[in-house]
Amino acid sequence: MSVAPSPDLPGLDAGPRFFHDTWVIARRGLKHMKRQPEALADATIQPIMFVLLFAYVFGGAIQVPNPDGSPPDPNAYHEFLMGGIFAQTMAFGVFGVAMALASDRKNGAVDRFRSLPIAKGSVLAGHAFANLLKGLLPIVLMSIAGLIVGWRTHNSVPEVLAAYGLMILFTFAMIWIGILLGSVLATPEAVQGVAFVAIFPLTFVASTFVPTNTLPGVLRTIAEWNPISALAGSLRELFGNPGAAPFADSPWPLHHPIAYVLLWIAGITIVCAPLAVSAYQNSIAD
Amino acid sequence: MNAPSTNAIEATGLIKRFGTKTALNGVDFAVPAGTVTAVLGPNGAGKTTAVRILTTLTKPDGGRARVAGFDIATDAVKVRRSLGLAAQDATVDALLTGRENLVMIGELHHLGRKAAKKRADQLLSDFSLTDSADRLASDYSGGMRRRLDLAATLVARPPVLFLDEPTTGLDPRARNELWEVLDGLVGRGTTLMLTTQYLEEAERLADDIVVIDHGRIIAQGDSRELKRKVGGDQLQLVVRDPARLDHAVAILQRGSGSEPQVDVQARTATVPTSAGVAALAAVSVALADAGIEVDDLGMRQPTLDEVFLTLTGAPATEEPTEDTAKPLQKAAR
Repeated sequence: MSVAPSPDLPGLDAGPRFFHDTWVIARRGLKHMKRQPEALADATIQPIMFVLLFAYVFGGAIQVPNPDGSPPDPNAYHEFLMGGIFAQTMAFGVFGVAMALASDRKNGAVDRFRSLPIAKGSVLAGHAFANLLKGLLPIVLMSIAGLIVGWRTHNSVPEVLAAYGLMILFTFAMIWIGILLGSVLATPEAVQGVAFVAIFPLTFVASTFVPTNTLPGVLRTIAEWNPISALAGSLRELFGNPGAAPFADSPWPLHHPIAYVLLWIAGITIVCAPLAVSAYQNSIAD
Repeated sequence: MNAPSTNAIEATGLIKRFGTKTALNGVDFAVPAGTVTAVLGPNGAGKTTAVRILTTLTKPDGGRARVAGFDIATDAVKVRRSLGLAAQDATVDALLTGRENLVMIGELHHLGRKAAKKRADQLLSDFSLTDSADRLASDYSGGMRRRLDLAATLVARPPVLFLDEPTTGLDPRARNELWEVLDGLVGRGTTLMLTTQYLEEAERLADDIVVIDHGRIIAQGDSRELKRKVGGDQLQLVVRDPARLDHAVAILQRGSGSEPQVDVQARTATVPTSAGVAALAAVSVALADAGIEVDDLGMRQPTLDEVFLTLTGAPATEEPTEDTAKPLQKAAR
């Protein structure tokens, strides 16, 4: 027989191979991010810009009311703000992975990977892992920016760590939505379009920048049930920042933001993960 | 496990439909190990679909195929271990350097990081890319990208190589360089299947040529057989003075023994010939003796259009329309 298949290479069983291949593809994703600073803007410049903009430009006009009716603390807004911008930035985590996947599909990289003997699922896992690591970047940068504008945490270390853990969990859930979008939409440009008309407004109709009780009618209801409000509220509660305490007439999610956001994280992961994987499989089938 | 086979690629009855369009309509071929087969056809003929099926990227709707002895349907991973694929639009990673591209592919072939680096260095040097190894592939020229793409397919030393239109979009110099690289590979025993729109390329590189149109094989054979079918080389002249065209045509007819095709507007006459350069020399001498000035005189290859005209009675058409695809689909039932 003149055609010899290349010998199976030693030392890598299916399991280790999956982690190895995932890491190789994740490393590629991280290099891509490093070399496209403009694509990193949503995780670097943008959140810092929002912190400065709202702290110094709009912040003076926004007051954080106290549920007990005591007069609002004029300096509370800088602390209130951070939970909201953290939450908004975690929600934007959808787009990194969606853009990366859409461009891989568009420029043939997915085909190249598929013609290689790599472990099943490692392309998606690699993208997901790279974007989870990418998610740490804005968390660190914004924490620093927050400290500079006067944000402080007032609770125990475990509570503060829990807040950071919650952000990472939320990012994980967002990645599944990102994979779904990146598989369904044909081009990176389409992903950007969806970002602008869907996710961007959703992060504003929430308790991100203003307390929900200042919003009119329907918007108020949307904001109260918006998981981004719940994440912002959870972070405020765990950091011990103002604006966490609900009003008596607030609906259940505002009274139990941590439970509510955990439900969303679980729900998104349970619903979107299988959908995302099958959408990805379909997108590359022919 | 697998019966020894001297065919590196075997396909029988491959069928693939996209919606109402039939991209492949029962395609059979065999590529003996260590040989080069060119799949020749216009855009939309089904060339890329055939390559995608054989490289496990697309599942066929019918038919079977084996690559390097492994069934594409049941042994996809082993097939992938045995093949290198260079897709139509060189899919090198533009945001990685040339070296990083090759190391990544090596790691995904599970060579181990050290061996992958060593292999990358070797390939970079083989493909004259050492000097640009640490530049981003986005800065590479078209020819360099193709070379890098080809190097990437060779990382795991695959016995079977698929190249989808390897020279489309390259300038003539880059194309010649790539051809020389491919000669070297084939010299080392790699089985090669490439697709092309150029008869010249197929003839230059391939032992066997498969002509494909609307998802069907319309001719198959080595280039000599194929050329006999389509009339082979042609002798073409362009006269300076239109008034002397008739005289020149008479000389051409005498020199070749067949009736030339004449284009008065272009002052051009073309005739098929089997005598090659000898006929060219004879005609050249006769024209000089008759004192006929020519702007151009030479051998030319039939174009893909002329090949298709001869084989199908219709010129090569791109992307079959719904109307032309439907009858084919019915025929497939």
